[in-house]
Amino acid sequence: MTLWKRFLTNRGALLGLAILIAVIAVALLAPVLYPRGPWAMVQRPFLVPFSTDGLPLGTDTLGRDVLAGLVYGARVSLLVGLVSTLMALLIGVPLGALAGFYGKWVDEGAMRFTEFFQTIPNFALAIVLVAILEPTLTSITIAIAIVSWPPVARLVRAEVMSVTKREYVDAARLAGLSNLSILVRQVLPNTVSPIIVMASLMVATAILLESSLSFLGLGDPNIMSWGFQIGAARTVIRSAWWLSFFPGVAIVLTVLALNLIGEGLNDALNPHLSRKGRS
Amino acid sequence: MKLLKATTFLVAASMATGAVAQQDGGRLDLIVQPEPPSLMLGLVQNAPTQMVAGQIYEGLLRYNTDLEPQPSLAKEWSISEDGMTYTFILNEGVTWHDGEPFSSEDVIFSTKFLQDNHARFRGAFSHVESVEAPDANTIVITMKEPYGPFINAFEAGSMPIVPKHIYEGTDYATNEMNATPIGTGPYEFVEWEKGSYIHLTKNEDYYLDGLPHIDDLYYRVVPDAASRAVAFETGEVDVLPGGAVENWDVARLTEMDNVCSSSKGWEFFAPHAWMWLNNREGPTADKRFRQAVMFAMDREFVKDVVWNGFGTVPTGPVSSKTNFYTDDVPQYPYDPEKAKELLDEMGYDGTPVRLLPLPYGETWQRWAEAVKQNLGEVGVEVEIDSADVAGWNEKTANWDYDMAFTYLYQYGDPALGVARNYVESQIKKGSPWNNVEGYVNPELDALWEQAAVEPDNEKRQELYTEIQQQIVEDVPVAWLLEIEFPTIYRCNVKNLITTGIGLNDGLRDAWIEE
Repeated sequence: MTLWKRFLTNRGALLGLAILIAVIAVALLAPVLYPRGPWAMVQRPFLVPFSTDGLPLGTDTLGRDVLAGLVYGARVSLLVGLVSTLMALLIGVPLGALAGFYGKWVDEGAMRFTEFFQTIPNFALAIVLVAILEPTLTSITIAIAIVSWPPVARLVRAEVMSVTKREYVDAARLAGLSNLSILVRQVLPNTVSPIIVMASLMVATAILLESSLSFLGLGDPNIMSWGFQIGAARTVIRSAWWLSFFPGVAIVLTVLALNLIGEGLNDALNPHLSRKGRS
Repeated sequence: MKLLKATTFLVAASMATGAVAQQDGGRLDLIVQPEPPSLMLGLVQNAPTQMVAGQIYEGLLRYNTDLEPQPSLAKEWSISEDGMTYTFILNEGVTWHDGEPFSSEDVIFSTKFLQDNHARFRGAFSHVESVEAPDANTIVITMKEPYGPFINAFEAGSMPIVPKHIYEGTDYATNEMNATPIGTGPYEFVEWEKGSYIHLTKNEDYYLDGLPHIDDLYYRVVPDAASRAVAFETGEVDVLPGGAVENWDVARLTEMDNVCSSSKGWEFFAPHAWMWLNNREGPTADKRFRQAVMFAMDREFVKDVVWNGFGTVPTGPVSSKTNFYTDDVPQYPYDPEKAKELLDEMGYDGTPVRLLPLPYGETWQRWAEAVKQNLGEVGVEVEIDSADVAGWNEKTANWDYDMAFTYLYQYGDPALGVARNYVESQIKKGSPWNNVEGYVNPELDALWEQAAVEPDNEKRQELYTEIQQQIVEDVPVAWLLEIEFPTIYRCNVKNLITTGIGLNDGLRDAWIEE
């Protein structure tokens, strides 16, 4: 069976994929659906969901359409999730690969550096970074990337170390390939599958981190995001439950979708592992 | 004669309380937010300090909600006809909380103490020639020139009387008694559990017979607004001072049984909210842009939605609660079309402007979002900056902003709380409370000066009317709201708010109905 077929036989993964595609579609269509943007004050504040035509999820404290906020929030969540994960990979993969491939002092140096970041709690570090850089979309993305790369580096290092010991790497060495070309052409391609799985889960974590930061008021004040919606609704949670409920559902669904996809990819990329796990 | 006096007192008292006999005893739990940095009112005068220390220290006078002077440490006072001499007769038999007798010497000492430590006091007393004490119960203040607003400068926050026997000859700032303040007020300091509560107890030797009524006051420190609302709901606290909970909670809390609310008790401060508009550079330097901002904002909407209907949309720099207010000024109703016309006329090129909200919670954040949206609709792109309290202070004090939210107190008189934001002599980097916008109008500066020392109140009114008319035309800042902070309390707490500064000195007369 090919990778794709194995993935498609996994019902959870399919469901995850469907949700994710829907979220992406909504995010892309946001300006078409709501040309006035998420901040427009369209109706009386605190309209209950399903009570007014055209405002299925009601309005918030300033009379803004909650659904419009959700739709635009999807853009921010996905953007932050993807970009910060990409950045984390760009830091973590080369560092881990070099450490695992060259070993010795390179490994020592890289790993101590990684540990330095790992010993500081993720979220605390993200808060400090955002507070220092002033909260903007860019600084939040960078902060999330900076706190997310260490596990990538460690994973890649371990994978590279184990692959480097295989016979075909020895063969490549005997064939006279340079270290760099062995690392890039022979070793790294064989570590891709766990990285992909990890990356899909990292996107989910990044979305959660962004939401938590916005919830605490450390989001970009010019950008409507799910975390911001919940944070702003916190003070009125007793009287207007829907303001925090729907963005919460959106976060749960998106993160769940990404986890299901990650799981599916994991099973599809490591068929032996998954069968062992299930028997 | 004595009997007659006692009767009038009783009649007055029963009228004030709806003919119910006052009861003694009980314990009152109040919120103080945020935790004050110190309780030594002579050294620190920020809002939470005054809320607690206003029960410990007293001024010579208090002010009722119409801002008329009332007796406090001074039982009688008079102003000479030329406005040059103020005479105060002090109450007799007043003692400090440690038992030492209080006398006019303490008042004289306090004027020296405050001269070094209290900017607002210094301002008011710059018009004073001398302070003398002919005897132990009399104070005579001689002025350099008549200064109308002077009579408004004697409440506990503007001029707290501090004990000479404790502070004389010491370094005030490091005196260890600052931690256990000694005043003459109706309540004495007992204990301060940092991060948790401040406990005050009844001053048994208070010089007014029968006052205060309540045995113990606990000022509770609860850092989170939602938790403060819950503490009130569960009955843990009895009084939520204005601003202690988010506006959206006010309606819900006041619907509970036995819960009353009042927006009185802020008349003296008359908190006035506006946006600093940087008059020096950028689009906000153009008067037409500033006028456009006024027309573009739907201020009624913000009042109704963000402030839950509390407050008043101001007409200009002077609050309608402050003396010498006039509404005879150019008006700025919500008119986006007019705003667009003005922007076209000036040839606004679409330069985005930065907006710095006040970091005081969700209300202010929502407010900034509403302004951003309003301005966006007339074609002005607004980027909201973010900053914590320290960052906000620094940015406004160093003029690093295009538009910035703020609100300031007016202290009953334009000369005390308004002029400082519009006269050229108050343009000084480093303070977020002076003429931060950089408005320069020498013609008006002269009028401000003239109005402050004009002894005749009618003439003062004329001068202030002229000032308000011109300044509203120029829009040096964008006036947003006369803020009202509703105090929420259990209805069985009586006489809680009796003065123009409300809870800040009002616990003297409060009592609890069982």
